[in-house]
Amino acid sequence: MNPLKQLSVLAAAAILVLPACTNNNEGAQNTGAINKSSAAEKVYVAPGEYDEFYSFMSGGFSGQVSVYGLPSGRLLKVIPVFSVDGEKGYGFNEETKPLLETSHGFIPWDDAHHPELSQTKGKPDGKYLFINGNNTPRVARIDLSTFETAEIIELPNAGGNHSSPFTTENSEYVVAGTRFSVPIPQSDMSIADYKGKFKGSLSFISVDPEHGHMDIDFQVLMPGFDYDLAHGGKGKSHGWMFFTTYNTEESHTLKEVNASQNDKDYIAAINWKKAQEYIEQGKFKEMDSEYLINRYDEKKHLAETIKKNKVRVLDPTECPGVVYFLPTPKSPHGVDVDPTGSYIIGNGKLNANLTVHSFDKMIQAIENKSFADEAYGIPVLNFEDVAAGTVESGGLGPLHTEFDGQGNAYTTFFISSEVVKWKLGTWEVLDRVPTYYSVGHLMIPGGDSKEPWGKYMVALNKITKDRYLPTGPELAHSAQLYDISGDKMELILDFPTIGEPHYAQAIAADIVMNRSKKIYSLEENEHPHAAKSESEARVEKNGNEVHVYMTTIRSHFAPDNIEGIEAGDKVYFHVTNLEQDWDVPHGFSVLGAQNAELLIMPGQTETLLWEPLKPGIYPFYCTDFCSALHQEMQGYLRVSAKGQAPEVLATTGD
Amino acid sequence: MSFYALLSSYTFAYKLIHHRPMKKVTTIISVALLLAITACGGESNSRKTENTRESITPQPKAEVKKSTTMDPMSSKGIGPIKELTLAETIDQGMVAEGKALFDKNCAACHKPDKKYIGPAPKDILNRRTPEWVMNMIMNPTEMVQKDPIAKQVLAEANGAIMADQNIQEEDARKILEYFRTL
Repeated sequence: MNPLKQLSVLAAAAILVLPACTNNNEGAQNTGAINKSSAAEKVYVAPGEYDEFYSFMSGGFSGQVSVYGLPSGRLLKVIPVFSVDGEKGYGFNEETKPLLETSHGFIPWDDAHHPELSQTKGKPDGKYLFINGNNTPRVARIDLSTFETAEIIELPNAGGNHSSPFTTENSEYVVAGTRFSVPIPQSDMSIADYKGKFKGSLSFISVDPEHGHMDIDFQVLMPGFDYDLAHGGKGKSHGWMFFTTYNTEESHTLKEVNASQNDKDYIAAINWKKAQEYIEQGKFKEMDSEYLINRYDEKKHLAETIKKNKVRVLDPTECPGVVYFLPTPKSPHGVDVDPTGSYIIGNGKLNANLTVHSFDKMIQAIENKSFADEAYGIPVLNFEDVAAGTVESGGLGPLHTEFDGQGNAYTTFFISSEVVKWKLGTWEVLDRVPTYYSVGHLMIPGGDSKEPWGKYMVALNKITKDRYLPTGPELAHSAQLYDISGDKMELILDFPTIGEPHYAQAIAADIVMNRSKKIYSLEENEHPHAAKSESEARVEKNGNEVHVYMTTIRSHFAPDNIEGIEAGDKVYFHVTNLEQDWDVPHGFSVLGAQNAELLIMPGQTETLLWEPLKPGIYPFYCTDFCSALHQEMQGYLRVSAKGQAPEVLATTGD
Repeated sequence: MSFYALLSSYTFAYKLIHHRPMKKVTTIISVALLLAITACGGESNSRKTENTRESITPQPKAEVKKSTTMDPMSSKGIGPIKELTLAETIDQGMVAEGKALFDKNCAACHKPDKKYIGPAPKDILNRRTPEWVMNMIMNPTEMVQKDPIAKQVLAEANGAIMADQNIQEEDARKILEYFRTL
């Protein structure tokens, strides 16, 4: 190499070194590549710093919940809920399989729509996150001390659990309303006989204040409309739950046309405190209805299924005062209650304007018995009696509204792809911003509670065409973050999401992070097949059923040499992670495993079922990089032909 | 910047410094280059390393005392235990509890009287102070990163990390009492 060439190479090296260094060192002070944009500064969370909010986004047709930090938009975790997840062994290991059991058998997938945080006194309390399964009607509860699915309850007498799982002020109830009416009880009948024969049901799921355990307290049997969304009353309207309806036409085919005929549909206002009185007075029918409750026991580290076969049902025609219909223009989608509980907003999706009902006026009309009509014996109030105002938005296709706690409301318009900010009380439009594109829900942290954190707003978009690098025919959905702290909304970040983020909820980080568990106590592990020390590690064989009681600690398995297994045996690996330190999970898998890995948190026990088919030597290993000697964390299992196995042998280090 | 990029830059610099015809020019550029590298290195060393799972990352800037200057019998290690005086007689109640705790929390890696994954605790108080032993039980992650003796032990165990089993002081003291009987 000639000297000049060497010099130029050296200079090139120096050029390479310097810019890289600048980026690493000065990012915090100088926005560098993203260049002095105030938007970049607003979303910049320096490496090692924490976000201000946890946001929980529905995974839509992925069936899961994703957790993003705000304002950075960093993905923190995907929590498996309604769909199996090989990454975490969820729905594959023996402990979590029962969570996905239903009266229709094991269901490995669902369509998750609306995350809802538990509330105390009308404010998100950071204890639980609920989410609905739309397809096979269910509601899940996620424990926010572990960010794991703790319970899934199935809903009988329902089809399409969409208006769910919205909460009351103290999570006395989360609700579940059927989007697709069906015969109740189910029966084999002609679809053409829908009208008058199909029914809707609105379930009130009680949440045990101590353990969070869910059960169906009662169901309200409703006309065969489509019950689309819901929100709980708050403050003065605490005790009421509001559901939107469409298809009051009760059509059963080509609903695109036939369910859009009526000028107005209804918001159903349910007085659940009144319903409780009827329940106490015994004015319910007990209906034979099969449904399952699956609960994960954090001490046993496994889920168990409870079978139920009765549900209490209230017929509103026999329980006056429980249900009223508020006429609301044009197939309302979202129904949202402002932080004071005074206004009920109907987002009439085939309309340009928003309809706002007054809770006070509704109560007055009920007291005056000023009814326009009745539908299937349920009183319909006069629109003029209950309407508080109309927001002349200028947009098209309003879907959902959230609030900032400072007297303003924010509504998404799907067709015109925008968010409109308007003022409660005067109904005047204050600002509007485009979204990219076709926004569905929006979310303000605490934005459906009594005390929103009105700093950010997230628009959840259905279409992202041309917003990101193309990835073939399927494109990501997106979340767009807006700063709403000033008069004008400002788009400051745009990030792709998992599945389809229908609704989302967010909460100040400190409320959740201070309750976050670091490890499971080994001492308190009550798993029936736990090996809580290496001296308990062993293999038990009974006929063709084999139980391997295995332990893990950095960086070995005990036992790590296993013999005496035969082809066709059912081998259960019960693996206990002996670690008691934060962020030290171990993984486990074995060659030919027919399901997925185990991913075992410190102090936890999980079980992999494996049925070896052929004789040979099968390596197993730790799948989650655990230490400098992770690559050494492995073992062997010998499989012999049927009837040919030697004595059972289970050793480590011999 | 990746480690390899740094390494290759150093290599270039070294080769060119020792190339006679261009010596002066290359030296100047090399010095600039080294300054740039040093600035980067300083930044990366100052980053938080708390609670990292990997704790054996070489830290070239850390000061390591020569083993010849260390007296294990005077080092108390790093951790919550600053001063501990052992009673003459061994408390058999504590020993029994200590053994149970050892079997549950430690035995996956330590056998009482022979080296397993980690060293045997037999006669440990002939080799270490009681404070050092308790700090090692209670604060192993920091110990193997910073304490010269613990670092040496880690190296002898081929980097097999000592797991932090969240042992509280009362329990660590019982385990120590059990060690006195081995």
